[in-house]
Amino acid sequence: MFFPISGAHISPIYLVIVGFLIGILGGFFGVGGSFIAGPALRLVGLDWNFAVGTDLAHIVGKSVVAAKRHRALGNVDLRLGSIMAIGTIAGAETGAQLIQMLKRAGNVNQVVSIVAIVVYLSISAFMLWESRKTLRSQKRQLSKAKVKGLTAKKDESAFGHVTRAIQRLKIWPMISLPTSGVKAISLWMILLVAFVGGVFGGFLGGGAGYIRMPSMVYVLGIPTHLAVGTDLFEIVISASYGTFSHAVKGNVDILIALVMHTGAAIGAQIGAISTQYFAGPKIRLAFVPLPLIGAGIVIYTLVSGHKL
Amino acid sequence: MKSETTKTLGAFALELVIYGILVTGYFFLVLHLLGGWLYELEVHHRYTYAGVAILLIIGQAVVLESVTTFLLRLIGGRSE
Repeated sequence: MFFPISGAHISPIYLVIVGFLIGILGGFFGVGGSFIAGPALRLVGLDWNFAVGTDLAHIVGKSVVAAKRHRALGNVDLRLGSIMAIGTIAGAETGAQLIQMLKRAGNVNQVVSIVAIVVYLSISAFMLWESRKTLRSQKRQLSKAKVKGLTAKKDESAFGHVTRAIQRLKIWPMISLPTSGVKAISLWMILLVAFVGGVFGGFLGGGAGYIRMPSMVYVLGIPTHLAVGTDLFEIVISASYGTFSHAVKGNVDILIALVMHTGAAIGAQIGAISTQYFAGPKIRLAFVPLPLIGAGIVIYTLVSGHKL
Repeated sequence: MKSETTKTLGAFALELVIYGILVTGYFFLVLHLLGGWLYELEVHHRYTYAGVAILLIIGQAVVLESVTTFLLRLIGGRSE
């Protein structure tokens, strides 16, 4: 199939399958899947600028479906998502400026690749450690509870003491997030988490759900299911902004995004429904290989010199 | 338990077939017709194209979500 905007010839079946797989990941983990979509579009010959912009447009569509589904399941904190969108957009602009600075210095590819590898590996290692520790502690609690006739908490974290310390920081203004079960948290902490996620998004590309979703759980203390749904809602806003910005610069082939999205629409539904069958720590444990795939792709491009 | 899983997988496969037929029709009818117009828009009116692009992807998302939900209900799969 010929796509006149980017001038590319790509099989629509390939695009639908890629969209479907990324849709499942997005619905289940609340990530945009850019670390797979970008290379997948590059693989069939789409220019890097079109791959980034088109992927963002596709993320908007996919996240609308998944966020709507999560909203129906009660997994979206609209208040938190709206606040985070502001921080993410500001962060994304900062990340894009950092890229421009590195471009001028002439070492953008090397620096971005090394930062990406370090970030992806760190997230994977931390989440593997935390989710396994939490699952082990839940097992112990469950066996004790059986004796006492109690039940273990469904979505707790081994990093909970740090989360509670962050929630105790009284930096005005303090706000409450009743949907997420957070009584009081500094607005600045929410904006900071969103800003950092936005910087990584602008710096490394995509929606940066791989860093924002874990940050929401571990730093803000949002339950995993709500972090997934709220992250998707927030991505709709920030990715729409990114799509508009890229489209104006001539980096979006919306026809490719529309075709990819037909697969993602059904994948996202399956992913979102599947979250109901898994407890928080298990979702976090299943998340571990995703940043590793991203790291693997970046290492491959660095070692082989092949630009995916 | 096993028969329930088989039933769910069967319903899902049926949904994929119906969805595939709908999407194929969509490619040829809608995207083919829109292609030329969007290309012209992208070349001559970038800001309008950017706005239309977002509206199109969100519109398609909402419509397809309704279609997939309807199909899941029609076939009897568990969508909620």
